[in-house]
Amino acid sequence: MERRLAPHPDMTPLLQVQDLHVAYTSRAGKKSLALAGVSFDVHPGETLGVLGESGSGKSTLAASLLRLLPKNGKIQKGVVQFEGQDLLQAEPRTLQRIRGARIALICQEPSLALHPMFRVGEQISDVLAAHESLYRGALRQKTLQLLAEVFPENPARIAESYPHQLSGGQQQRVLIAQAIACGPALIVADEPTAFLDPTTQQDILGLFRTLRKKFDLSLVLITHNPALLAGLADRVLVLYAGRVAEIGPTEKVLMLPHHPYTRALLRSMPARLDEPAKERKSRLPVIPGEAMDLEVFADGCRFETRCADRMELCTKREPAAVAVDETHAVSCFKYGG
Amino acid sequence: MEELLKVENLKKHYQGARVPGTKKEVTALRGVSFSICARSTLALVGESGSGKSTLALCIACLERPTSGSIIFRGEEIAARPEEEQRAVRPKIQLVFQDPTRSLNPRFSALEIVSEPLLVQGQCSKREREDKARALLAQVGIPQQKALHKADEFSGGQRQRLAIARALALEPKLLILDEALSALDCSVQAQISNLLLELQSLLGLTYLFITHDLAMAGHLADEIAVMEQGKIVELGPVEKVLASPEQKVTQRLIMATPRLTDAADGLVMA
Repeated sequence: MERRLAPHPDMTPLLQVQDLHVAYTSRAGKKSLALAGVSFDVHPGETLGVLGESGSGKSTLAASLLRLLPKNGKIQKGVVQFEGQDLLQAEPRTLQRIRGARIALICQEPSLALHPMFRVGEQISDVLAAHESLYRGALRQKTLQLLAEVFPENPARIAESYPHQLSGGQQQRVLIAQAIACGPALIVADEPTAFLDPTTQQDILGLFRTLRKKFDLSLVLITHNPALLAGLADRVLVLYAGRVAEIGPTEKVLMLPHHPYTRALLRSMPARLDEPAKERKSRLPVIPGEAMDLEVFADGCRFETRCADRMELCTKREPAAVAVDETHAVSCFKYGG
Repeated sequence: MEELLKVENLKKHYQGARVPGTKKEVTALRGVSFSICARSTLALVGESGSGKSTLALCIACLERPTSGSIIFRGEEIAARPEEEQRAVRPKIQLVFQDPTRSLNPRFSALEIVSEPLLVQGQCSKREREDKARALLAQVGIPQQKALHKADEFSGGQRQRLAIARALALEPKLLILDEALSALDCSVQAQISNLLLELQSLLGLTYLFITHDLAMAGHLADEIAVMEQGKIVELGPVEKVLASPEQKVTQRLIMATPRLTDAADGLVMA
């Protein structure tokens, strides 16, 4: 294992998200605020883990970066600065050039992202053809090269396969090949190892490690499982009910969490594989209640109703981010703000 | 301790074009043997394709094994004719991984939970509703939501509904096939607590099929590791997870991500 260098704080971030607000309107006309002021940076070569459970806004965040929200979603305000421009103000043609080529998005379910009726090789060639002018021979060659990055053995056979002939792990590798096809600077992966068994999961995470080094990629890895980020992310952003609860270096957020939500979440997981007999089959300390209904607009902190450390102030207004130290910030009145 | 379930040398082949493009026969189970004591939990782990779900379906009498026996409460059930199996099935229930797909989204919570009682045809309408409401309370679904449609519930609540439905016919054995895997981490803790509570209250026996070794270690008394249709390691959970003997077990343990990987800021390059 090699110690990775933390990005120099003076380096211009690759991606800067500022005060992003996204709302959905239901068919009944009800509005829900999926993201309520999210701000963070991603530095070149960095892997940022976004830790979020259902209802946290994590998938909305992934979609918003490339303005891929469904019809009933609207970016109300914010800035997404990438390679010198604000993606939220960019022309459609500019976005087209960026999507897939400069920023690639890997979705949760590979079986839904891949077209069932086209061979896998064609689907990779499609990505290349959309962004690069290559004639057939070159396209075929590059497709095989890309497949060889993710399938070192027999990429040609994989290229000829249909998605249903591949396992879940293999399908995920195809999505990764599509993502790196045009040499993007940033890959956003939303739960890339969901539904995969542990050994396949480990292989896919290992593949991300190899590729990020080889192609100097920045990664935003979105997951609800903190353990997946432990050995992979440089920093972790904890997302709760559309707000950043906590952000900082991985070891600080996961081993010395500050925000009551982060602490409660980590405490609710079985601690070790070889739990001593008296801890086995015991009640895990759970976070009471359920994630907040985002249709309800509360004035105060969105975690307040479930928080063991709630104070009077928490119902009055939202906590602002407070620096725990120069790399670690938390949005909680316990620490000031 | 009373043995609730005993499986002996169970085999299952699938004939014909199971593998697209070939006429290959697939052997899902190659002679599986184990037993589960009443009121205890056996975790069944293994990689995808190791035969775990096939085993679950055979035990639940939803697939007929090719050979071997399944002895439930002292009686052989695998070879029985269909009508006799129907009498056993209520006592062995399944809870599946994906509560979105295993529940009819158009049914209300009450309808979902009372459906098994309706099919069994042994209660009046009033009795069905009373029992269903009691089950909803038992799994922590508030009464005001009894008439809400399934798709109005969160993932964790839907899984509670699936558990309530599985309890409707008072089973002795519950097969949980990746029942926690599709849930968020904090919700898994809630459902884990519910399962432990129900086991204690109702004297249930669990067969807990999972990829998640941490949860297996937390919920189970014993653990069986499957590889290519056979059980390759079986024993008390603390022993197997602390000193695994088989390579596949070691691999699964190594592959389990740990929060402690974050220590010292060391990230694998």
